Amino acid sequence: MKSLKIALVGQPNVGKSMLINAISNSRLRVGNFSGVTVEKAEVSFDFHGVAIRIIDLPGTYSLNDYTQDERVTKEFLENEDYDMIINVVDATNLERNLFLTTQLLGLNKKMIVALNMMDEAKKEGICIDEEQLGNILGVPCVKVSAATKRGVGKLINRVVDMSHFEYDGSKLVFSDTVEEEIENIVEFLKAKKYSGTEDYRDLAIKLLEEDEKIYKKMHDEPIWIELLPIIREALSHLYIHYDTKDIDEIFAEERAAFAKGAVMETVTFKKAEKKSLTQRIDSILLHKVWGIPIFIFFMWSLFQLTFTLGSIPMEWIDAFFVSLSDYAKTIFGDGELGSLISDGAISGVGAVVLFLPNIMILFLGIALLETTGYMSRVAFLLDGFFHKFGLHGKSFIPLVTGFGCSVPAYMAARTLKNDKDRLITLFIIGFMSCGAKLPVYVLFAGAFFGKESAGNVLFAIYISGAILGLIFAKVLKVIVFKGKDEPFVMEMPKYRLPSFKLIWHTVITKSIMYLKKAGTFILGASVFIWFAVNYPKQVELENLYKTKIEQSINQKEKNKLANELNEKRLENSYLGIIGKATQPFFAPLGFDWKLTVALESGLAAKEVVVSTLGVLYSLGDDVTEESDSLLQNIKNNISFPVAVAFILFVMIYLPCFAASIVFAKESGSYKYLVYLFIFTTVVAWVASFIGLHVTKMLM
Amino acid sequence: MSVVTLADLKEDEKAVVLKVKAEGELKRRLASLGLRKHSDIKVKAYSLSKSTIEVEVGTSLIALRCEEAKEIEVKIV
Repeated sequence: MKSLKIALVGQPNVGKSMLINAISNSRLRVGNFSGVTVEKAEVSFDFHGVAIRIIDLPGTYSLNDYTQDERVTKEFLENEDYDMIINVVDATNLERNLFLTTQLLGLNKKMIVALNMMDEAKKEGICIDEEQLGNILGVPCVKVSAATKRGVGKLINRVVDMSHFEYDGSKLVFSDTVEEEIENIVEFLKAKKYSGTEDYRDLAIKLLEEDEKIYKKMHDEPIWIELLPIIREALSHLYIHYDTKDIDEIFAEERAAFAKGAVMETVTFKKAEKKSLTQRIDSILLHKVWGIPIFIFFMWSLFQLTFTLGSIPMEWIDAFFVSLSDYAKTIFGDGELGSLISDGAISGVGAVVLFLPNIMILFLGIALLETTGYMSRVAFLLDGFFHKFGLHGKSFIPLVTGFGCSVPAYMAARTLKNDKDRLITLFIIGFMSCGAKLPVYVLFAGAFFGKESAGNVLFAIYISGAILGLIFAKVLKVIVFKGKDEPFVMEMPKYRLPSFKLIWHTVITKSIMYLKKAGTFILGASVFIWFAVNYPKQVELENLYKTKIEQSINQKEKNKLANELNEKRLENSYLGIIGKATQPFFAPLGFDWKLTVALESGLAAKEVVVSTLGVLYSLGDDVTEESDSLLQNIKNNISFPVAVAFILFVMIYLPCFAASIVFAKESGSYKYLVYLFIFTTVVAWVASFIGLHVTKMLM
Repeated sequence: MSVVTLADLKEDEKAVVLKVKAEGELKRRLASLGLRKHSDIKVKAYSLSKSTIEVEVGTSLIALRCEEAKEIEVKIV
């Protein structure tokens, strides 16, 4: 069967992901580009006997290598093997989009331009003559709308159609001045009968553009000696004509002029200009006085929603896992195996799945922020503020993502081009408590503050973490990462109603990733902790207590003895041994060995902190009916100041194993991971110490 | 007459770019977003304490810092 490999290219915010979703019908595969952690979405399907594979490349404004995303796209387009490009452009913003198109034309690949968002363009009274535009560009243009799915079938038809024909070159023409110089070089190459693989015209353009690769290649050719003076003269002509010696600027101007010309010839505006929806929304959301309070209100609502709405399905999930655990015991018995499955595996994983509703709501909120276009407004509003702390308005995006999960947050920091800005952002992302820390907070807030104020407490925890992060950003900027700031230039996309399907897809993908972690990493950790709790077996101790219990007369006495046995058994288990060995380090913070162990197990994954506490406190304490919930156990066993210190420590210390690895990759060195470990541990310890004593004084 | 830069414009004021003084990547970045010599621009909004500017360039909106806006010489129209 014939197969086609297609690269989907376009500027950011042109609806590329939406288009690939419209084409794919959820047969989308998400992975990474090799070597880097930039997300790569692919879709494969058969169409009239042709196996089509479309690869969605990261959005880029031009083929420069400004950010990592742009580098990935540029490298893919220049070096990978593919059959065709689909260039997605925003029909409502054609001129700027065509700038990238002119660069893509220079790649000499078969190409189709998809004029996306035609539904919106129609509403705005924009008419595009796609036949004429196709003639000017030398590649077919197809009108589509990813939102309404119109034209998507036609687009794929054209793709298959085009694969039958040979590529016959683009029609990108420059101004007369540049064309003249191109002609000169081409004439010379012809006269010399130069036998290179490249087309003479393309070669001439690349020489004028000072393309490094071509220069390196041509440098070794005998023709170079004679070619050089011609190029030198051509360039000097251009310098004079354009009054600049910046060749990039000259060609940027040429391409922009071409794009402008193309738009003038093919686009007509029917309606008179009136205040657009985006402008009206901006006048509210970017309001000088109200802009920031409105944003804070949105964030506050998100956290409230996370807590209140999330608690409903949480009760069902909790009930489900409790009954599953009981059921497992009836099947596997009360012995070793039953305990392993019920107390180790099921209760451990149950504790993780329990928080899925919370995490889904949080991811939903962040996805909404991103897809509506509000995220970049927030960056605009907050840059002045962030800049004071040595950060960048764009740091806001990774930092907010950090509230969901540190892993994508570290990756999002890539939009920061300047190494120092990026490193500072990376170092403080951990202060933005990730979704996996949420269970710990929910547990402690619920235990110590009651249902009514738990939402507020949660909000306070998140905000104080963020403030602490900002303070340390400034500290790092002043002491460690001194130097020039990255410029702040970003597009503010139009406000758009997000596609339900796209949002759903994002939330589901993230939730599955979270559950996969629960299924593998955390299941493993739960079983490991169960083992560490139950071994080594202490037969002597158990027998001693067994006889004691049998000899005792009343029920009260029996319960007390059973408690003592549990406590002693835990103390002598592997986990107890580890906890006790490291406990002196945490002693000034008031942590006993149980809390110590919970913290240490949290290095594997933050979700494990709660499941460890679950295992420790449901096995290790009195087994009466009224205290079988973890919440009650925590409340009865931990004093309030210690709880504050514990929350502070969890807030600040090293993120999970997976995130730490990503951090090392994104920062460029494992050296930085060591710094991060030392930095976070010291800060966490000091903050907890202060928190403990301040709370004690206040009480 | 002294040089007018993008940072000197008031809200809703229109101008034409005369020169982008920035160099290298910043210049290319601005160009790919449509902000280059001869572009028609209009200031849409300033953020608090004038730290960032929202500018309309053609049909798109771009945000930049005042420090960068000072690198762009304009003529008010």
